[in-house]
Amino acid sequence: MASAGNDRVLLSGARIIAAIKASAIEYVLSVPDITTSSGLLEPIAHDKDLRLIRVCKEDECIGIASGLSYCDKRALILIQHTGFLDSINAIRGIAVEYKQPICMMVGLLQHEPERTPRASSRYGVRIMEPILDDMGIAHHLISADADVAKIQPAIERAYGEPAPVAFLIGRSPT
Amino acid sequence: MMKRDECFRVLARHISDEAVVATYSSAVDWVAASPRALNYTSIGAMGLDSSHGLGLALGRPDRRVIVLQGDGSLLMNLGSLVTIAAVAPKNLVHLVAQNETYEANGGHPIPLPKVDFAGLARAAGYAAVYDFTDLDVFGQQVAHVLEQDGPVFATLHVEPSKPLTYDYPSLYDPAKRKAFKTAWQTRG
Repeated sequence: MASAGNDRVLLSGARIIAAIKASAIEYVLSVPDITTSSGLLEPIAHDKDLRLIRVCKEDECIGIASGLSYCDKRALILIQHTGFLDSINAIRGIAVEYKQPICMMVGLLQHEPERTPRASSRYGVRIMEPILDDMGIAHHLISADADVAKIQPAIERAYGEPAPVAFLIGRSPT
Repeated sequence: MMKRDECFRVLARHISDEAVVATYSSAVDWVAASPRALNYTSIGAMGLDSSHGLGLALGRPDRRVIVLQGDGSLLMNLGSLVTIAAVAPKNLVHLVAQNETYEANGGHPIPLPKVDFAGLARAAGYAAVYDFTDLDVFGQQVAHVLEQDGPVFATLHVEPSKPLTYDYPSLYDPAKRKAFKTAWQTRG
């Protein structure tokens, strides 16, 4: 497994951002998350090809992304797993029941990268994949550079079906 | 104190190709006043009306978006005032019907019935803020409210309605979402 880990496993934020751009994402909607803060959010904030919308609470992102989708504008939601859990009702209604192409990149706070999320010592991390499975939301663990190749096809699939997708960021990108 | 359905009938006379985002009691009264493909009534979660409206406004800066939100809904997404003010979409008009109750959920009072939404919007940084308590005054000013650069905010102080019939299958009809998208992308 690409994400099975040791200290030499790397996850490049620049590669993730390149995959986001290759997926025709124009908007990044975000509440800061310490896992993705320096490796993703900070460079995205300075990237002229992406428009960063800073919101007050994560469920706002679900509504904004929905509105943008009616304009055929693609958005990526960059949040922490605690914010995902706080937004479950919006994700249930808009992403799942309305079948909207809500694309979420979710930092797993305090996750140990050498473990799978289901084996995390953190309860909030441990329940993420089972919740996504129960909601029928496609999800992909992004913990190493080899995982980054999953991003563009999954976003294309989300907008093609349409359906939501979640990328779980299992280590801090550098 | 005004009646929401009367306000919306006045508003409807000034609407052409704008998207109108509305939910719950506001959606019931708005759809009765102005049934049209450009009504956006599938919000998915209470309070997110203003966020959907922001997304629509961002995605089509050449078109105008009107959000008709209830006071209980805005309280569930109060941070959206700050987000909208920060993004500052010129094409967004945000109207809040303040009837001081959770009307669609039994008519219970909101936590602070006289909360000053216009003051909150002003403090957040909306470009223009109004507070309407009189239908004639609203009728005189509504054209200006809709036309000026946004984000524009207005509180409509209204009475609670008599019990409404909430036809949620119709409001959330997938065919209406599809029709909205077609209309939103092809007009204007």
